[in-house]
Amino acid sequence: MIEIRGVGHRFGRTRALDDVTLDIGEGEFCALLGPSGCGKTTLLRILAGFEKPETGTVTLDGRDLLAVPPHRRPVNLMFQSFALFPHLSVERNVAYGLERERLPRREVRERVEEVLATVGLTEHARRRPHQLSGGQRQRVALARAIVKRPRLLLLDEPLSALDKQVRAGMQLELKRLQHEVGITFLVVTHDQEEAMSLADRIAVMNAGRVEQTDAPVELYERPRTAFVAGFVGANNLFPERDGDGITAVRPERIRIGDGDGDGAGAGAGGRLTGTVVDVSFHGGTTHIAVRVPDLAEPVLVAVQGPSRVATGERVSLSWPPEAAVPIPVSPTEGEKP
Amino acid sequence: MKRWPLTGPGVTYLTVFMVVPLGLVLSYAFFRRGRFGGVVYEPTTENLARLADPLYTDVLLHSTWIAALTTVLALLIGYPTAHVIAGLPRRRQTIALVAVVLPFWTSFLVRVYAWIVLLSGPGWLNKALRAIGLGPVEVLYTDAAVVAGLLYAYLPLMILPLYASLARLDPQLSEAAANLGAGPWTVFRTVTFPLTLPGVLTGCLFVFVPSFGNFVVPELLGGGRSVMVGNLVRDQFLKARDWPFGAALALALLAGLMVLLFAQAWAARRYAPR
Repeated sequence: MIEIRGVGHRFGRTRALDDVTLDIGEGEFCALLGPSGCGKTTLLRILAGFEKPETGTVTLDGRDLLAVPPHRRPVNLMFQSFALFPHLSVERNVAYGLERERLPRREVRERVEEVLATVGLTEHARRRPHQLSGGQRQRVALARAIVKRPRLLLLDEPLSALDKQVRAGMQLELKRLQHEVGITFLVVTHDQEEAMSLADRIAVMNAGRVEQTDAPVELYERPRTAFVAGFVGANNLFPERDGDGITAVRPERIRIGDGDGDGAGAGAGGRLTGTVVDVSFHGGTTHIAVRVPDLAEPVLVAVQGPSRVATGERVSLSWPPEAAVPIPVSPTEGEKP
Repeated sequence: MKRWPLTGPGVTYLTVFMVVPLGLVLSYAFFRRGRFGGVVYEPTTENLARLADPLYTDVLLHSTWIAALTTVLALLIGYPTAHVIAGLPRRRQTIALVAVVLPFWTSFLVRVYAWIVLLSGPGWLNKALRAIGLGPVEVLYTDAAVVAGLLYAYLPLMILPLYASLARLDPQLSEAAANLGAGPWTVFRTVTFPLTLPGVLTGCLFVFVPSFGNFVVPELLGGGRSVMVGNLVRDQFLKARDWPFGAALALALLAGLMVLLFAQAWAARRYAPR
């Protein structure tokens, strides 16, 4: 439905986007994942029409989207700051977009009531935005964007302004809504868990480029670049002994034993020996950082439940051959996060 | 936190040098004038009754009209100017604002005299008009010259509060409006303007109030033919030596402006963005 082809953009001397190509299908829930400054918000603003890319094309159903001014695009954006109109009540905020379409007053009222019921804000219809909680404002912003029934809904860090309890609920609500209204969603986020739990497909971005586009499970199990391996699920990266590749091993696949390792280097199915530098208990899991000689970064190990290992102890690390994912030397100059 | 003692010097200064003298002058409105000027302390209401004389109500109406026209023109010129300035990059904003305030660095009187040079019969305006085959026009010593002078003098007082409220405006709100289908004019009408209304009201008040009471501009550019309330008050005190009636006029002027101030405060609160 949306085809982004070779889009590049720069602000002054900084390159914000570099040859970005991405297809988004009808009804898909797609996520742009990357650290701040990777260009994901710029891409979002290009789709909304607030920036014009220097190179590349964007088409919607085969028609050039870049030639359409922002207020005529069938694309709605939910801003990270929500950008609710402070001088208008909740219902007037939601009605704003419909009034611009010059719909009959009755239809506007019906659709506003309907969407406010969907997001559970019927009782707050007459309030002003500043009288609402963060979660309620977020739902107003969402209602205001979906009431227009856009072809594409853009969400900029939709959950970042919410605290943890509200987040989980909102995450479910977003997914339910997407199934219900059948609009194509594109969410931008720096939070890999958010992207994984929401999206059907994730495009991982770094330094203005798309590094890998895949389904969450694929991305997690088969990262194709060092950046993706490090950013998604905090893989341990080991330089390959022979050849010039890198091996990625997930923290939860590494087994921890007592210090009688043979000291062999990393390989397909490896063993390492090192010293525990940090143990942090997270409830369900415990994260153990192990300093290994010759490796720049400590190796991260995740074990279920509490662990008996203490800081300063010598331990051996091992993993089965199938846990080692080889990564070709990245074609991009993506740095490690 | 008890910080109110810090306001002591300011409050004392205002009380001693403004509230008390102003109260004294205004109290003259309720006394009789002396035969050779001065005030005779016999209570009377005849000064206030004289205000209803059509001679003076006409002057009040004329002043209102001139000040209102100046205010509207200042708003029409000032809003786009403030909008452009608020849209500039940070450094240029500062330069533009300095340029707006720059005229205040020279004497007001000198600048008004400069307008005489501009507008007079053989002045620059008519030279320019003749160059394009028009003219000559008699502008000096008309209401048009008075409005032009007041507009020039007080336009910065319109631009500054407008700039302040435009610069504070979250640019994402305009983007959100555009994203929801509003064209540029609709964005302005439904989002930008309503949210800057407090600034608009402040600017209008800042221009209207000094224009209404001004007596230098009508005297010099209006040639005494355009009498405004300010002239009348000044003449009562300095020429007619009728202090009580001058005080009555000043009281009327002040009461009118107080009403405007309260109206502005009320409207600003009602339309406050949050």
